Amino acid sequence: MTSASSPTRNAVRLGLRRGWTEFGQSISSTQDQGFYLFTGAATVGYLFLRRDTEVEGTDLLLPSVALPSILGALIAFGVIIGPAYALAMEKEDGTLLRHKAVPHGLQGYFTGQLLFQSLSLLPQMVVILVPSFLLFGDLMADPSGWLTVAWVIPLGLLATMPIGMVIGALVPSTQKVGTWGMLPVLVLTGISGIFYPIQALWAWVQVVAQVFPMYWIALGMRSAFLPDEAAALEVAGSWRTTETVVVLGIWALAGALVTPRVLRRMARRQTGSQVEAAREASLQWVR
Amino acid sequence: MRQGLPFEDERAVLQLDRIDADAVRVVTDVIDGEDASTGYASWRCHLSREASGGCRRGILGCRGAVSGTCLGGVMEPVVRVRDLRMRYGDQDVLTGVDFDVAAGEVVCLLGPNGAGKTTTIEILEGFRIRSAGEVSVLGQDPGQADEDWRARTGVVLQSWRDHPRWTPRKLLHQLGGYFAPYSTPERRRPHDIDRLLETVGLTDLADRKIATLSGGQRRRLDVAVGIVGRPELLFLDEPTAGFDPQARRQFHGLVRALADTEGTTILLTTHDLDEAEKLADRVLVLAAGRIVADDTVDGLSRRLEGEAQVRWTAAGTRHSESVPDATAFVRALFAEHGDEVQDLEVRRASLEDAYLTLVQQHEAGHGEAAARLFAEVSQ
Repeated sequence: MTSASSPTRNAVRLGLRRGWTEFGQSISSTQDQGFYLFTGAATVGYLFLRRDTEVEGTDLLLPSVALPSILGALIAFGVIIGPAYALAMEKEDGTLLRHKAVPHGLQGYFTGQLLFQSLSLLPQMVVILVPSFLLFGDLMADPSGWLTVAWVIPLGLLATMPIGMVIGALVPSTQKVGTWGMLPVLVLTGISGIFYPIQALWAWVQVVAQVFPMYWIALGMRSAFLPDEAAALEVAGSWRTTETVVVLGIWALAGALVTPRVLRRMARRQTGSQVEAAREASLQWVR
Repeated sequence: MRQGLPFEDERAVLQLDRIDADAVRVVTDVIDGEDASTGYASWRCHLSREASGGCRRGILGCRGAVSGTCLGGVMEPVVRVRDLRMRYGDQDVLTGVDFDVAAGEVVCLLGPNGAGKTTTIEILEGFRIRSAGEVSVLGQDPGQADEDWRARTGVVLQSWRDHPRWTPRKLLHQLGGYFAPYSTPERRRPHDIDRLLETVGLTDLADRKIATLSGGQRRRLDVAVGIVGRPELLFLDEPTAGFDPQARRQFHGLVRALADTEGTTILLTTHDLDEAEKLADRVLVLAAGRIVADDTVDGLSRRLEGEAQVRWTAAGTRHSESVPDATAFVRALFAEHGDEVQDLEVRRASLEDAYLTLVQQHEAGHGEAAARLFAEVSQ
């Protein structure tokens, strides 16, 4: 039983086990299964209804073009809103405080969040990709595209998850995640070229969209799934792979620098009184 | 508190509530023992190197049945608070709190709601930064304490809806795991989870989802989480709020057992005098941001009951005095002031009365005056 390992390594190991356990609990909960099935059905349903629509200027069908964009959007959305809600809620319900009360507990807690939120993407992808590949042909132009997927997703995670964590750390209450998190992310999704090409928008909106990581994740996913000719539809007629890596890399780096500080500040301010106040507020809410 | 001999090398004066086979390994040689008025046995003895080593660090390494307080020598109290002040905005919540808690003691911070109990305990837990004053907990300032310090303390939090999908067993394994690197041969950390579940009476519910537990069951889980790392010092903030009488009694037994068998030093808050009486070796009454009384419950009531409260009005001003002999005092009062004395009232105080008055006054917004009166009558 006596463990000679360092407390930090021990905490990271416990955090990984925590993330894995929470993932297991999530996929065996009917509530979460329902959520995954709903997003899966909505996405596949939309693509199915427009399965014969041709995309202007190409000989590609809409599902082929829209699927990678939607996947990109769901990834970004999931890892921003997921951690934002989780943190906001676990600040209020005392989960965070419990970890503050044990040695190196916060290291374990955040490790667990990182793993759990990343793993949560898997069922999300599965419920969309499996039926899509069964229903629509020619989704992946070239199998080497999977290699692109293999770097776009992790880099996209690193670029967007810190945003979610910072939102979750800063919001005053769970109910505010809608205003501070959901709303901006939805607006961003709207202008990031998911449902229509970004060139259809005003120039300044295009600039705003290209500052944020969501556009680049979707672009990266399109470059993975679509044939090279389809790049003609993009800004500058190119997949702009270098720019994708640079923009996502900058967001990831900024996240790695800023997030620990914000989280430490949040954790420092956690007290039992705060949890108690949130509990009372929620009782009022119910009544 | 009884003053002991100076601590010389491996010798200390201990206040032990039990001595048995395990204790003797730590206490190598009992020089003399005598009954103290507190109901404890007070022993002067030599300590083994192991125990005195613990003593030098400030805590007696309480093993097995030894739960004791080192009264003399270099042993520092586990908790030492001097002139602690807390101010939120322009409101003073704590206006100069002083107290000590010695190793192995169960001390209760008693006071009306809003007296500053939670603020005090959160400062000691290291969850809240004080405005001013000196605080030392297990030899460190909790505001800047490190993770090693954290491993020696336990906090019983009031859970609400966290970890709903976890089971008590899984959660205890998970949170207990953080203490494993701090395990020593004398103090194995964390607790054996099966035994811990049994101690808090959750064996049958160990594999149920936490969301399905009742309020009382959840609180027992909170206690289990608080002690899973076998803390030397345990904090409990209003631990039995919302308990039914049955659950409350079980809980009191659990806390006493912790203090007696593990030698855990315990600091808890409550607004319930009855609870303080059942649990605590010593009671600190907190009112209007400071400690107005510091004694055993017995000691407090003895002092209060020995005196009577005499109140009267003379020349338009209201007077109040607590005196040992009310009859003689009143006779002297009339002799001096005659007919000027009006609205005379003589009451023999009880601790319960005194505390209830304090609470009522506090709630009516006369906290400061009530605190002064309580401090006066319990002198």
